[in-house]
Amino acid sequence: MSGVALITGGSGGIGSAIARWLAEDGFTVLVGYRSNEEVAEQVASSCNGKAEPVRIDVTDEDSIAAAIDRAGDLGGLTVLVNNAGITSDALLMRLGTDDLDRTLDVDLRGAILASKAAIRPMLRARGGRIINVSSVVGLRGNAGQTAYAAAKSGLVGFSKSLAREVGKKGITVNVVAPGYVETAMTDALGDEQRRALTDQAPIARAVTAGEVAATVAFLASDHAAAITGAVIPVDGGAAA
Amino acid sequence: MNKEQITDRFEEILTGTFGVPEEDFAPDASFEALGLDSLDVVELTLVVEEELGVKIEDEELEDVRTVQDAVDKVADKKAAVSA
Repeated sequence: MSGVALITGGSGGIGSAIARWLAEDGFTVLVGYRSNEEVAEQVASSCNGKAEPVRIDVTDEDSIAAAIDRAGDLGGLTVLVNNAGITSDALLMRLGTDDLDRTLDVDLRGAILASKAAIRPMLRARGGRIINVSSVVGLRGNAGQTAYAAAKSGLVGFSKSLAREVGKKGITVNVVAPGYVETAMTDALGDEQRRALTDQAPIARAVTAGEVAATVAFLASDHAAAITGAVIPVDGGAAA
Repeated sequence: MNKEQITDRFEEILTGTFGVPEEDFAPDASFEALGLDSLDVVELTLVVEEELGVKIEDEELEDVRTVQDAVDKVADKKAAVSA
């Protein structure tokens, strides 16, 4: 597999690691960002290979189409990593409807819309890879993250269904479910919460963004052509 | 390019890229009868675009059911371009 890889949420901790890894593997990388252009530019320039930032708001179909057009200019999209995600943590009784909508909109609906737009260029390329970044929380649940967990487990059903639709066209659709990774998004957690999360994992430590990126890169490679509809936890065993 | 030539190109594409058995090909055959699902038909429009230089939009596929429907659509578009 070669061509252009688009990573949504490419300016974040996991997204930037994925961008660097795919650039290293020879893909032309589009580092997707919604608002953080400066960071996305830094990520692109830190890639060892061809990379550039591209604005993509996954809640907006026109924005998705523009990013995919840019991939077309660079040779055609072959890899889509749906990594953009937000979380709105609150016990369900206290979860605001706006927060619920926003979380489902970005984490689930956004991945579905981006995947829909990616299929045409992948048909044209006679193959492709869609990799959806879920979470251990989508597999085993977490108090205070009902909306996030619903969105992240929604990606599993979505991916398995799409895998069945496009498999014979050489397009694979898989889910990577990271466990607790230390990034800017998890900085908001207190020490106690952090300890509780690492205690849940048999490896008794946080997962690194590089460990997640390596798994994504494997799924994007030719070696993974027979893997589709799979859910691969990279969580130190937390969901085991 | 006349309709007969366009039909010949469709036959080549369908029997080549899409593996339709030659004996099954007929201009009045529906894509469904030839074993093409909706995703195959979208892929077919991409191949047609590359090889014949005619772009067929998704919404135009609604009234394309048979090979002949597609040939007519391509012929109309070719005529519009050269007119």
